[in-house]
Amino acid sequence: MAETTAFASVAHEPGAAKPDAILVADGVVRRFGGLTAVNVNHFEVQRNSITALIGPNGAGKSTFFNLLTGFDMAQEGEGVFNGKPLKGMPSAKVARAGMVRTFQLTKALSRMTVIENMRLGAQEQPGENILTAFVPPLWSARERQITEQAHELLHRFKLYEKKDDYAGSLSGGQRKLLEMARALMSKPTMVMLDEPMAGVNPALTESLLDHIVELKEEGMTVLFVEHDMHMVRRISDWVVVMAEGQIIAEGPAGTVMSNQAVQDAYLGAHHDTDLSEERDA
Amino acid sequence: MDILTNVLTTAIAPSTAAFALAAIGLNFHFGLTGLLNMGQAGFMLLGMYGFAISLSNGLPIWLALIIGLAAAAVFALLLGWPTLKLRGDYLAIVTIAAAEMVRFLGRSQSLKDLTGASSGIRGIDYKEPFETLSPFPDSIVTIGPISMHGSRSSSWWLTTVTWGLVILFSLIYWRLSKSPWGRVLKGVREDEDAVRSLGKNVYSYKMQALVIGGVIGAFGGIMWALGNSVQPDSMGRPTTFWLWTLLLLGGAATVFGPMLGSVLFWSALTLVKGVAGAVIPDTVLSPTELEPFSLVLVGVTLMLLVIFRPQGVLGNKKELAFNG
Repeated sequence: MAETTAFASVAHEPGAAKPDAILVADGVVRRFGGLTAVNVNHFEVQRNSITALIGPNGAGKSTFFNLLTGFDMAQEGEGVFNGKPLKGMPSAKVARAGMVRTFQLTKALSRMTVIENMRLGAQEQPGENILTAFVPPLWSARERQITEQAHELLHRFKLYEKKDDYAGSLSGGQRKLLEMARALMSKPTMVMLDEPMAGVNPALTESLLDHIVELKEEGMTVLFVEHDMHMVRRISDWVVVMAEGQIIAEGPAGTVMSNQAVQDAYLGAHHDTDLSEERDA
Repeated sequence: MDILTNVLTTAIAPSTAAFALAAIGLNFHFGLTGLLNMGQAGFMLLGMYGFAISLSNGLPIWLALIIGLAAAAVFALLLGWPTLKLRGDYLAIVTIAAAEMVRFLGRSQSLKDLTGASSGIRGIDYKEPFETLSPFPDSIVTIGPISMHGSRSSSWWLTTVTWGLVILFSLIYWRLSKSPWGRVLKGVREDEDAVRSLGKNVYSYKMQALVIGGVIGAFGGIMWALGNSVQPDSMGRPTTFWLWTLLLLGGAATVFGPMLGSVLFWSALTLVKGVAGAVIPDTVLSPTELEPFSLVLVGVTLMLLVIFRPQGVLGNKKELAFNG
């Protein structure tokens, strides 16, 4: 398989260099007062792979995620995405550069219809400029393309029948699907999923997993934060483990789980409540 | 019969239209973008100061209009610059304070030569250029039960122009709210971070909405001043709250909501005042107490409305409720 060859020469150690990295982060430090939430020396994500970011609660996964996507600013360090420096880049620009994200707490735009949610995800709609907006002929052609693209995605994510419903009326799992579909409207090169399985009922998890694998088959790179080990094992090519803000291990799912440092990190951290994770987000 | 005539006169009065105009501006802020502008009266006041001061210093009317609207645009930029990066409540605090600052500045004795301090600017100092443009006769004109002057002050001429502007800006609202631009604003209203994650510059969109709504508010202020006079205290906090009331009454995020809300609100107030004046004897409620009494009644009605029909008369309950 492609992923095994791509990762064949990669060392199973924290901060390992990848043969074709789409995302590289160096010396990223984020402190909240006296607490160092994230302190990552070196991090690379292989292009066209599915990489999982795991770790016990409070490990700094979501904070690191926010730093990479421009939703939070690091005190130190820099990143490069697809050849573009990420330092100081606002979140909207990161998205336009081709790295889109979803959220742990789903952000469906409740009082807009499903199809309007989808259309909003598209880029290069000239009608989003206020002056052009007055003249429909300037944007209606693009609007038709966008709508067509949205219909295709809605069919694929089995939301087509819901397209005229308000997003607020969808179930939790459907909202996750909508958020993912909406992110795909921008035709991204990299998709960042923050706990895609949180709150999704078991019946939907299988189809969500399939959707994520499809993203890779279409040439996208996926980085996701997840707690669900079943999912991590099933779909990820590479697993990165964080604990106390640092990357403590890297490798394929099977190897990483038996790593002593990883087991210590998990067994040593007895945070059963989800609260610390929420605050972390 | 007099009461009904009064109600009808109020319904079409230029000041009713001026309030509708300012409420359309507020609809851009709140209905479309979710911005809590608690100082729309300040935008109105700035507009009328810019307009009236320019005219009383001999500038041509078109330039005075531009100055009045530009003042509101600059005000919006100044208010939005620090606050739009923060969460919504900050804008509410800053706008309510800033609107009061404009009013107090206008009232201050040190600016008496410019703003006329607390007595304001008399209509005679700035209304003439607008009134000379009137194609209507320079006398009282009666159409049906309603009598108004053709061209002076609160006239048929002013009525026509102001309602014309209400229709124009309603059309603009309709066009923009149904465009991809409006879609981004609605997205911002729902969840800023989600819109940011989809690659839109949220700050810039919020600023655009704030400026547009503020400028329309200033237009409302200018039209109001052409029917009355520039009086800082008539553009205090109550004015802002009335604007909110009539916007929510008509239905936020709808095209005709502000228009309908303004007509209903002012007509209802006149009706209640008229009926109460005719029915309640002077010994129970003196004429000076009638005004506050009718405001109380209207207030109670609005509370009932909020409780039982939170989306307003025209609003879509699914799309926009007060608590949404």
